[in-house]
Amino acid sequence: MTFDHILFAIEAGVATLSLNRPEQLNSFNAKMHGEVREALKQVRQNPEVRVLLLTGEGRGFCAGQDLADRNVAPGSAAPDLGASIEQFYNPLIRTLRDLPMPVICAVNGVAAGAGANIPLACDLVLAARSASFIQAFCKIGLIPDSGGTWTLPRLVGMARAKALALLGERLSAEQAEQWGLIYRVVDDAELRDEALKLARHLATQPTYGLALIKRSLNASLNNGFDEQLELERDLQRLAGRSEDYREGVSAFMAKRTPAFKGR
Amino acid sequence: MPRTLAVLQPEQGVRLITLQRPEALNALNTELLAELASELDLAEQDINNRVVVITGSRKAFAAGADIKEMAERDLVGILNDPRLAHWQRITRFSKPLIAAINGFCLGGGCELAMHADILIAGEDARFGQPEINLGIMPGAGGTQRLLRAVGKSLAMQMVLGGEPIDARHALRAGLVSEVTQPELTVERAMAIARLIAQKAPLAVRLAKEAVLKAEDTDLASGLRFERHAFTLLAGTRDRDEGIRAFQEKRRPDFTGQ
Repeated sequence: MTFDHILFAIEAGVATLSLNRPEQLNSFNAKMHGEVREALKQVRQNPEVRVLLLTGEGRGFCAGQDLADRNVAPGSAAPDLGASIEQFYNPLIRTLRDLPMPVICAVNGVAAGAGANIPLACDLVLAARSASFIQAFCKIGLIPDSGGTWTLPRLVGMARAKALALLGERLSAEQAEQWGLIYRVVDDAELRDEALKLARHLATQPTYGLALIKRSLNASLNNGFDEQLELERDLQRLAGRSEDYREGVSAFMAKRTPAFKGR
Repeated sequence: MPRTLAVLQPEQGVRLITLQRPEALNALNTELLAELASELDLAEQDINNRVVVITGSRKAFAAGADIKEMAERDLVGILNDPRLAHWQRITRFSKPLIAAINGFCLGGGCELAMHADILIAGEDARFGQPEINLGIMPGAGGTQRLLRAVGKSLAMQMVLGGEPIDARHALRAGLVSEVTQPELTVERAMAIARLIAQKAPLAVRLAKEAVLKAEDTDLASGLRFERHAFTLLAGTRDRDEGIRAFQEKRRPDFTGQ
């Protein structure tokens, strides 16, 4: 299957998905949504894939929804944005969060609207020094979607979340790192290499265990203490049955480097 | 050998029946229903079997009835439907039945799950009665057992709206008793089965009957039934063994006598 609006490749356990509508700052139209969905389906179904790297082509990462794709002509009936979220954005965000592998997001430039919140649904976010995050929704009368209202307060605290969402000001990558919104800032020229290095490392790690780590940490944001302890018990039970755990322990005992299969 | 089921006896006293029509998300066609009814009849007669666990795949417990089959039946066909007899045989099963549910549990699949005495759901299970979307309605207990399990408002919403609910919602509503990690659903159901399999079979059988009695009788009759059942157990060896073991602080050894 060939794609028009994304670049997609799988190599040595690393799936790379790059948004590719550079002229429109990689904003989403229906076709791009469909292609991203198809690529993520392949990521999920291909047992070779052990890490996903998400990034964008050109000077922007993603400017969110392509407003040209949404006709709100004067006199026309109000659009149902809920339907668009139900159909496109929520499934995308859920898929990124639920993928049973680490998802790295390399934010190569401006990330606005849904484009600012999609990285926050990923597991490890790197950003180029020149990148920025803009919760632009408030400027056109909307609310942060794609999980933004849920993720922001949990990452940066309520006070900063409200400022970001109500003012829609540009947040620099460095500020985002200081606030704990993202994992790390790197120089523009090194972003791709750094992200790939991280991806290649993760592709050699115990993927199943990493998937369980991701699952438990995501769940912790909604769970009470006792619930979370029970979840840890259950997920550790599963992790303990994996081939990689066996390999990890025997490699440790034999003082050799483990060879993980991701199972 | 059944073709649409896998039957295992992973441990003493417990049978695990796995629905296996992966090509159709375990849709309950007549063949599957007939095989399931036969398997439960066999389990009923097997003196060594005490509990049955029923499950589907990670993706679907059972995603409904077989629409292709249904489309072929006219009014007369429905009146002479052999499926009704299979459902009745499933309903008659007198030993504890535990459903371990992952993924889609819809229509006839949801109705089958509600035939179980205990329902354990994986986090990603989805329960629904989408029949209304096809211009029909639930026909194997969906309108009756759902009401008793979740109350009127939610039952109506599910039956009339046709939209499914997730596992957490099903837990809050009382449709299922536990939600667990999808990979552990069968394991958890087996653990409960193991626990029940160690109890006195006659007591288990009468207790199940008494609880089910509560669903379709008035309180006074139900209480009378309970009393009679309770009294019946007084004549069993297992009752004496149970009480003696308790006094002697040891594990009881129940024989089903």
